[in-house]
Amino acid sequence: MKKWLCLLLAAVMLLGLAACEKKGRDSDKENNAETVEPAPEPSGDDDGIFADGDQYSFIGGELNVLNWGEYIDPELIEIFEKETGVTVNYIEMTSNEEMLIKMRSSDSSYDLCFPSDYIIEQMIREDMLQPLDYSKIPNVKNIDPKMTEITNVFDPGNKYSVPYMWGTVGILYNTKKVDDPVTSWGILWNEKYAGKIWMYDSVRDTIGITLKYLGYDLNTRSEAEVAAARDKLIEQAPLRKGFGTDNMKTSMVNGKAAIAVIYSGDAFACIEENPDLAYVVPEEGSNVWFDNVIIPKSAQNIEAAHAFINFLNDGKIAARNTEYICYSTPNKAAMDRLDAYFTENETYNPPAEVLARCEVFHDLGDFVEVFNAAWSKIKSSN
Amino acid sequence: MKRKFFAYPYIVWMILFIAVPMLFIFYYAFNVDGTWTTERFLSTISDKDTWSVLWRSIVMAFETTAICLLLGYPIAYILSNMKKSVAGFISILFFVPMWMNFVLRTYAWSAIIEYAIPDLFHVENTLTDLPGGKTIAVLLVMVYDFLPFMIMPLYNTLSKMDKSLIEASRDLGADGLTTFLRVVLPLSVPGIVSGITMVFVPSITAFTVPELIGNGDYSLYGNKIEQAFKSGNISGYSVGSTLSIVLLILVIISTVIMNRFDKDKEGGSIL
Repeated sequence: MKKWLCLLLAAVMLLGLAACEKKGRDSDKENNAETVEPAPEPSGDDDGIFADGDQYSFIGGELNVLNWGEYIDPELIEIFEKETGVTVNYIEMTSNEEMLIKMRSSDSSYDLCFPSDYIIEQMIREDMLQPLDYSKIPNVKNIDPKMTEITNVFDPGNKYSVPYMWGTVGILYNTKKVDDPVTSWGILWNEKYAGKIWMYDSVRDTIGITLKYLGYDLNTRSEAEVAAARDKLIEQAPLRKGFGTDNMKTSMVNGKAAIAVIYSGDAFACIEENPDLAYVVPEEGSNVWFDNVIIPKSAQNIEAAHAFINFLNDGKIAARNTEYICYSTPNKAAMDRLDAYFTENETYNPPAEVLARCEVFHDLGDFVEVFNAAWSKIKSSN
Repeated sequence: MKRKFFAYPYIVWMILFIAVPMLFIFYYAFNVDGTWTTERFLSTISDKDTWSVLWRSIVMAFETTAICLLLGYPIAYILSNMKKSVAGFISILFFVPMWMNFVLRTYAWSAIIEYAIPDLFHVENTLTDLPGGKTIAVLLVMVYDFLPFMIMPLYNTLSKMDKSLIEASRDLGADGLTTFLRVVLPLSVPGIVSGITMVFVPSITAFTVPELIGNGDYSLYGNKIEQAFKSGNISGYSVGSTLSIVLLILVIISTVIMNRFDKDKEGGSIL
């Protein structure tokens, strides 16, 4: 009797599992269909994959790529694999700090990573990067000189890194739920929205915008100013829904939260799914950030790494990629291919006056420990 | 002599996965970037925040254990008095969820709290939106996750209990309550003790549940350790190791205390 019941139970569970899996696959398909469909074919163009008719010779081997989650069009990886015979191992991470730890551990060798500005500055300081061989990256000509002007601040002359994506940090809010004007970071401390406010789970971004709100420098080295920002964020604890990353996007799109501190690219993708949402870079100013592609010193397949950078900077490929992940591209050839839906959108392509009030994060050296200590206290304030 | 041979794999295992990691923890706690120093260790243990979060974890672990015991004991008692075949089937129902991955189950709870409950009951706020709600939500999911670990040893002890002792107690004139308090309860102490150990230790070291259920905005001691290691600077390793040593000492103390109660070593070792 008991045996029979057990068997029956096991069978029911297996059926349930099978059903779940099938459903998962179906929805995957739907998702793919959705994302492929709105991507408009660049107008008046040839049929080739590449804008400049690039040819790649066979390279082979493996390429270990460490990147953020949902931060590349997966089809592009397949194309690259087909063109060069390289097997791409794509590994994801959720924070710059995590990337630093992964790159430091001696047994792991990544060939390409996509860290942000201040981490690149730190990696250069700690001598972790390889100088790029620009003779192997001809497509770098496509990068907008206005962008390299900004990235010069943390990587002079782009010796070690090529800009991949960029954006701002701002507030995404639901116009149906927020009736106050959203112009200041101060809305994040408005008790009317208690329990409906998402903050970003990243030490530099969250403390950075609070410093801005208090009128301090984003890259401050004053312990008193960091302490003031810390206390402000501890005061905010009962109002917060949480510190999120990718999970806050679902929450915002479904209208479960009212306000979120978010990167412009994610904001753009959320607004695409829920038109009630709007994005603002507050008037106190904010952070403009760059995720650049770098080759670590410990990289094994340097040939393939350079080829991949060149591949990503092809005008057509970069356009496809930015259309897929919704983050702004620093690639001028790609920008020229995008339609007004992207280029005239202020979230995707912020106007000069917005950029004028944004600053880049800098590597803080050992002072980052003061930030981390403050962060640890903020995270246990709820 | 020959028998010793069979112990070697176990010794190798112990050295590789228990002794060596311990040495690493002590190394990183007192060694920052190649130099030996107690400065980092002392500054971490003198931080008020370390102890307040540790206290919060202890309280949370006590509450989880107490609720699991209060819920688990009646269930185990009822199961132990059922027909073996029925009890077997029902206990399977309790343990089937444990076949699922722990993180997956926690994610499912996050979806229930954040989406399912508000949509089903048409409420605006989720539990985690309310002040103090994150604590309740974390407690709820911890109880859910650890309840089977309480039921199992209790059921094991209670079902092995000699039923003639209960009959004898009734024969000698004790009523149901007295029989329970003076015969059943004392005899089930080993089960209670191993149940408490099996719930208390994992709940004091928990970090997945507070991280996922608290929306990244609720820290128990385990989260503090994780944050230290993930902070990205090398000193984070020494902070994290120091915190781990404090936790290690706490777990050793609580295990020693529990062992004093569990002299016959019954009940446990089923999982």
